[in-house]
Amino acid sequence: MVKEIERAGIPVVHMCTVTPISLTVGANRIVPTIAIPHPLGNPNLPIEEEKALRRKLIDKALKALQTEIDDQTIFE
Amino acid sequence: MKKFRVVHYINQFFAQIGGEEMAHVPPEKREGLVGPGLALKQQFGDEAEIVATVVCGDSYFGENTKQALEEVMAMIKEEKPDIFIAGPAFNAGRYGFAAATVTKAVKEELGIPAVTGMYEENPGVDVALKDVYIVATGNSAAGMRTAAPLMAKLALKLAKGEAIGASIEEGFLPNGIRKNFFDKERGSARAVSMLEKKLADKPFTTEYPMPNFDRVKPNPAVADITKTKVALVTSGGIVPKGNPDHIESSSASKFGEYDITGVDDLTAETFETAHGGYDPVYANDDADRVLPVDILREYEKAGKIGKLHHLYYSTVGNGTAVASAKKFAEEIAKRLLAEKVGAVILTST
Repeated sequence: MVKEIERAGIPVVHMCTVTPISLTVGANRIVPTIAIPHPLGNPNLPIEEEKALRRKLIDKALKALQTEIDDQTIFE
Repeated sequence: MKKFRVVHYINQFFAQIGGEEMAHVPPEKREGLVGPGLALKQQFGDEAEIVATVVCGDSYFGENTKQALEEVMAMIKEEKPDIFIAGPAFNAGRYGFAAATVTKAVKEELGIPAVTGMYEENPGVDVALKDVYIVATGNSAAGMRTAAPLMAKLALKLAKGEAIGASIEEGFLPNGIRKNFFDKERGSARAVSMLEKKLADKPFTTEYPMPNFDRVKPNPAVADITKTKVALVTSGGIVPKGNPDHIESSSASKFGEYDITGVDDLTAETFETAHGGYDPVYANDDADRVLPVDILREYEKAGKIGKLHHLYYSTVGNGTAVASAKKFAEEIAKRLLAEKVGAVILTST
């Protein structure tokens, strides 16, 4: 899906936990996330800390979208 | 005659520990065979014996790959196996990823015959296709009956040092290595029969598939995200409570388009996941953990992004055919372009 959106000309960032799969399916901008059932959260954290974690991940994604790349890149 | 010692790797589901709610379990080793090992045993006869089965939760492996691999490898080494088999994983993505990763490591580190099996679209295929034999299987566990004999036979041949035939004879996924052999029919006859089938719209198999290098060049970066309309797309199955479009929990045949105008936060009362391939507890409790509407809404208000698009798109990426996913995304992209969306955040579970 990432690839088709990219092909249509829209910059796209893939946020997922198993980044090797993201690489094999051909995503270009990749942001690693927390865990498979809760990529953008952590149920063990108090709600405010969990939101802070989510902000950090979204910040990375927005930065990835604004970064020029030539090849598949994982934004750690 | 000495029996070959076999170690078998399976996931938590096939070990009957549990489904997605148990996918976090760390590796454990059990004596003898477990679950699908029985089908392999029937094929081994008295030539080989499964001495131990290593079981690991798919999410545990996917989320802690380096550590999980070390733990699994230590368990395998202890058994001093002559043969290693993983799976078959069919079309289970994380299972396929784990099976391929472990099989490759066993072959490279222990130098023993190592075989796995999975469906051709499993993302695990790309992990190890050039390194180990991956037997082609169906896309569901119904394919066990055909997969087990092929995997057992191939593993035994490797252990005995026998010559391995072409992929079409042995049943493994083509790995790019060519084998010369004499076919029963000559080339002209095969070509004519293929052409006849093609003209009659009947299925036929090419003898020379074109390589598939489907990569898309990265688009230029977004110039200024504070002036850009950002859309959310997910394969994690987040839907309004009640799943109004009845998106299937696996092998999805459709995607959904949902309006989040005025929605600041996804709650347990309003949104849930339709995905059947991961433990849904955390997403059902707070779907922002998969589809971060709360933070993006906050950023929209703070001017950190131009606008959050009022529609989001969702499907279930669980055993869903690559062709379906491609079709969904082509349509989604068309709609996003029409709405002048300038950037997409796509989340996967």
